[in-house]
Amino acid sequence: MNDHRLEVIISVLLRTGVLISAAVVLLGGICFLSRHGHEQPDYRVFHGTPAIYRSVSGVIHAARPSNCPAVIQLGLLLLILTPVARVAFSLAGFALERDGAYVALTSIVLVILIYGLVGPH
Amino acid sequence: MTNLEFTPLVFAISAVAGCLGALTGLGGGVVVTPALTLLLGVDIRYAIGASLVSVIATSSGAASAYVREGYSNIRIGMFLEIATTLGALLGAFLATKTPTAILSVIFGLVLLHAAWQSSRGRSQDEKSKKPDALARRLKLDGSYPSPEGPRAYQVGHVKTGFSLMFGAGTLSGLLGIGSGALKVIAMDQAMHVPFKVSTTTSNFMIGVTAAASAGIYLSRGYIEPGLAMPVMLGVLAGSILGARQLIGAKVPVLRWIFAGVVGVMAVEMIVTGVKGNL
Repeated sequence: MNDHRLEVIISVLLRTGVLISAAVVLLGGICFLSRHGHEQPDYRVFHGTPAIYRSVSGVIHAARPSNCPAVIQLGLLLLILTPVARVAFSLAGFALERDGAYVALTSIVLVILIYGLVGPH
Repeated sequence: MTNLEFTPLVFAISAVAGCLGALTGLGGGVVVTPALTLLLGVDIRYAIGASLVSVIATSSGAASAYVREGYSNIRIGMFLEIATTLGALLGAFLATKTPTAILSVIFGLVLLHAAWQSSRGRSQDEKSKKPDALARRLKLDGSYPSPEGPRAYQVGHVKTGFSLMFGAGTLSGLLGIGSGALKVIAMDQAMHVPFKVSTTTSNFMIGVTAAASAGIYLSRGYIEPGLAMPVMLGVLAGSILGARQLIGAKVPVLRWIFAGVVGVMAVEMIVTGVKGNL
């Protein structure tokens, strides 16, 4: 394992994550447009998305074919998780390279990301 | 306007933004947010939520094209991501509390300066470059491919770069943008990282930075599925197109595009800030 090989593997991981999330968002989007296509969107006034779309657990529970916006939200969540997976994978890569300093630095980044995702806001 | 009309329009705007974002290393967010708010009257909080998500797509979608060329530097990226992600958390927390109109003006001025610096090009004065002990300890020095074979470079002013990256992360979290401009400035101008290495490494870092504040945006209800869907898909399509162009682009051309985009953004930010719309 060297840095360039690690970067190439990570880039494949990133692309895969983006493709999967884009496919889920697209499916949710087609579903959304077929059911809500003739409704008027209202994004001029901020109400905030409904509570079930605001947390990782809420989105996972709500995502089913009957709930199109939740399927989109699930895809977006997968997208948000992609860089987190990238950092986790880098951590493993630096561990394989036996690079203690970068294992430590990468762990810090991972902790910050997890805090951002599930920490108390 | 119904969803059937609104969605393709947003997709088209986002595709253009994504293309520019990938081409310059700026990320699509800086163009998407003003377009959504100014052209379509979308509330700024929904716009920055959708923009932030799209920023992750831009960064991750373009990464494979850059990485294969061997320009990006994973160590520089990972080390500086500590600063950008911490900044992003701070920025997202501050987002509701800071008068963003004022910040927008300051940001615009910073960008104007960046456009000016960028159009001038970095001075080729190499003698001021003394080895940085921290850069050596963190193994930040690297090499990039050139027609004459791998070309080594040394990284300097690590602490300055790290501080600037914290600022870039804060702005990213605050405004839902990738802050690619500031990231490139921190590497290219402060740390003397070669321009192409700076833009590609910046692109790599943008997704991780945005992911740090995305959780906070999600919990606040900024990420609206009906809006974020066409923005994310559009930016992604545009960024893949833009990344293809980058590999063949010459550095002076890239610099010129960079300066132009930053300049337009700067005026946009200042005008929006003065109007107090942001």
